[in-house]
Amino acid sequence: MGWIEDTVTSVKSIQLRQALHQTISIGLIVTSALMIWKGLMCITGSESPIVVVLSESMEPGFARGDILFLRMSKEPIRAGEIVVYNINGRDIPIVHRVIKVHERKDTGEVDVLTKGDNNEEDDIGLYAPGQRWLQRKHIIGRAVGFLPHVGWATIIMTEKPLIKYILLGGLGLLVITSKD
Amino acid sequence: MHSFGQRANVLLTFAITLLALMCAIASVSDNFNSLSPHAHVQVVNINWFQKKSSGDDEVSLSLNISANLESLFTWNTKQVFVFLAAEYGTPKNALNQISLWDGIIPSREHAKFWIHAYNKYRFIDQGSNLRGKEFNLTLHWHVMPKTGKMFADKIVMSGYRLPQAYR
Repeated sequence: MGWIEDTVTSVKSIQLRQALHQTISIGLIVTSALMIWKGLMCITGSESPIVVVLSESMEPGFARGDILFLRMSKEPIRAGEIVVYNINGRDIPIVHRVIKVHERKDTGEVDVLTKGDNNEEDDIGLYAPGQRWLQRKHIIGRAVGFLPHVGWATIIMTEKPLIKYILLGGLGLLVITSKD
Repeated sequence: MHSFGQRANVLLTFAITLLALMCAIASVSDNFNSLSPHAHVQVVNINWFQKKSSGDDEVSLSLNISANLESLFTWNTKQVFVFLAAEYGTPKNALNQISLWDGIIPSREHAKFWIHAYNKYRFIDQGSNLRGKEFNLTLHWHVMPKTGKMFADKIVMSGYRLPQAYR
């Protein structure tokens, strides 16, 4: 009856091997995504190299769901540039255009005022209470490139979490059930 | 041999690659466009000129702006954002840039324009340095493509001067 035991062990080993293989595949996908993201961070110098436009404040230039590529270089900030900034106490970064710049002679520190192209008012109302200018530390990048509509998937997934879970579940199932 | 899933995958990958390639080519093709924009700006009037209670100088201007930016438009141009900024240096600040007027040009047909405007944003100095101050008016444009790289340039017009006294 030795052949039955042999078969059982061989079947067991195949399943173990397959499970390991699948774990490694998933790990590979996750780590490559992480590597690409971190690599982009190094190249662009911005802590978030790609952002999705969430508001209509820059219409008709940027619409909801468009993707922006950011860079953060040492170059000074100048009027007209589209910058992405973070205000203390707000978690969502804002993409707006610089309309005023005052650059200090001794320290090189800048005072910047921004405004959305589609807004009537400048951004002072969006800044922290009492804050009149943005400094360099608030700015996480300037927009250099543009890809339309690609970010819609992100918007849908953040606004309808159910779709995200269905999609993630489906993908997970596909990875687990696929044979190679 | 090849399942439906595999075929669909290959087709999708190919389609996305092709689309990405076309976007890249469209963006690169912008570089072959030769630019010959020109602009002329005249300060028609100093509407008022005063020191605010905070101690900062503020001035209100009337401007005549004429420009021809038709050459900036290519088939990959979604819009051109154009603005006029006053630029000057002060003892405290190496550079002050204050946008006075801006506009969005949606198409080539609108790229040749003449406009009379008051300054849309307040022209306020950080301090009291504007009396007799010589400044540049710079017309900047930022081209927003349908896809790809954004680019910008400017025309600097110098030799403007604010009056010696408040009014």
